[in-house]
Amino acid sequence: MDTAYLIETIIKVVVILLIFSALAGIGTYFERKILAFMQRRLGPMYVGPYGLLQVAADGIKLFTKEDIIPTNVVGPIFKIAPVITAATAFIAAAAIPFFPQFTIFGYTVHPIVADLNIGILYILGVMAVGLFGPLLGGMASANKFSLLSAARTAAVFISYEVVSGLSILAPIMMVGSLSLIDFNNYQTGGISHWIIWSQPVAFVLFWIAAFAETGRTPFHLIANDHEIIDGFGTEYSGMRWGLFFIGEYANMFFISFVIPLIFLGGYGDGSLLGALGLIGKVAFFFFFFLWTRAAWPDVRPDQLMWLCWKVLMPLAVINVVITGLVMMF
Amino acid sequence: MKMEQFNDRNVADNGYFLVDIEDYPTDGWGKFKRVVKRSFRGELFVGLWVVLREMIKFDIHTVQYPEEKLPIGPRYRAVHEMKRLWESDTERCIGCGLCEKICISDCIRMDTKIDENSRKEVSEYTINLGRCIFCGYCAEVCPELAITHGGEYENASQQREHFVDYEYMLTPIDKMKAGTQMEFEGFGAITPHEDERVKKTPLAY
Repeated sequence: MDTAYLIETIIKVVVILLIFSALAGIGTYFERKILAFMQRRLGPMYVGPYGLLQVAADGIKLFTKEDIIPTNVVGPIFKIAPVITAATAFIAAAAIPFFPQFTIFGYTVHPIVADLNIGILYILGVMAVGLFGPLLGGMASANKFSLLSAARTAAVFISYEVVSGLSILAPIMMVGSLSLIDFNNYQTGGISHWIIWSQPVAFVLFWIAAFAETGRTPFHLIANDHEIIDGFGTEYSGMRWGLFFIGEYANMFFISFVIPLIFLGGYGDGSLLGALGLIGKVAFFFFFFLWTRAAWPDVRPDQLMWLCWKVLMPLAVINVVITGLVMMF
Repeated sequence: MKMEQFNDRNVADNGYFLVDIEDYPTDGWGKFKRVVKRSFRGELFVGLWVVLREMIKFDIHTVQYPEEKLPIGPRYRAVHEMKRLWESDTERCIGCGLCEKICISDCIRMDTKIDENSRKEVSEYTINLGRCIFCGYCAEVCPELAITHGGEYENASQQREHFVDYEYMLTPIDKMKAGTQMEFEGFGAITPHEDERVKKTPLAY
């Protein structure tokens, strides 16, 4: 391993970390604004022009708030839980190609930290580890609502993971690789080559599983404010709570990258237009997360398990079987 | 404005209808059919469209309070005001004491004296806003239309027993000279544009 590669990788890691930490903050601003507009409100308006500096105000508040470790909590686990959520979200991003490769000052940059040959498996696996944050944090807090939230985390965990894994299996069979770059190159031929046209069922299933994975509104039952306060976050304050927050939003952004890369052609042929197209797709999927939050009700945990095990998993299996039959003959 | 639509009490003919709610399925096949129907009827997209439509229409209802304020109705009973006579700019209050007598929460206190022109004059007049229930009896009983209610509803104070005195309530003389003293339209006054906002109360379904 030569030094240039090491330096390049560290720079890429730092850039991704900074950009997506900032995006997580700005994402909250967009979320509040879009939700407000959909509910005929104005949203944040006072801090800065159109409330743009609200993000900074929230950040200052989070950083300066006292970090409380309540009595009766299991200290070490309580302290490490938010780090798990935030860290795994960013670790998962290592295998995501954010842009096509480009040349700057005669140096070719691959905007992916590590092009693993098991990319998609790695991303899904590490993202799934992120749910240990709510699970451990909820169980370590001496709080019944946190405990309920931890139980729900486990329920969500065993439900969606099967669906996301099985639904992604059919595209993997078609592409014959687990690297997201290979997925992208498989679809470079334009819109008609996108995997969504041959795998619409897998696309919808993976999308649904992405909502469960990130815990967004139809499946927002881990930290369901109106039922169990803030769930696992009830006992947290200050930056520890902020880490949970950053992890959730970073996960939303990363899964918004993964869905277009797998199903919607990614960055296409690698031109500037393709890169901009990828950003547009990511923006749409991120917007959809906010859109559903304004429009749809939450499901109960038992309904989520019912949906995942009795509806989506059979559909995914049937999809895999049909894909296999079509590929065989 | 036509009143027929408000006088027509038979609301059943005007778009009201009973919602058709099916029985819940009991057997497995019925439940399966319900799931399929709900999955493919696209109700989720109706919800998505509704919120997107509202976002595109951008019909924001927020009132940014300290900068913008909603208009209040003429009948609104907030902190009292003392009016002046239009002819002479002198105070209308004749110190009769009726408001003090009628006040059911005993929050008005007044003292009077005979001035140099042998007229009765108010020497002290305070209202304890911590006790006042803003019932409006004082304004109603006042024979001179001197004490009325104003529109000042922002009553932040360091203590509950916030008093207003005569000088505070009296219309300032420069405002009087400018002719901008507002008469209290009072009880029975109609809110402007009330006709457009009135809605029919359905009496029968």
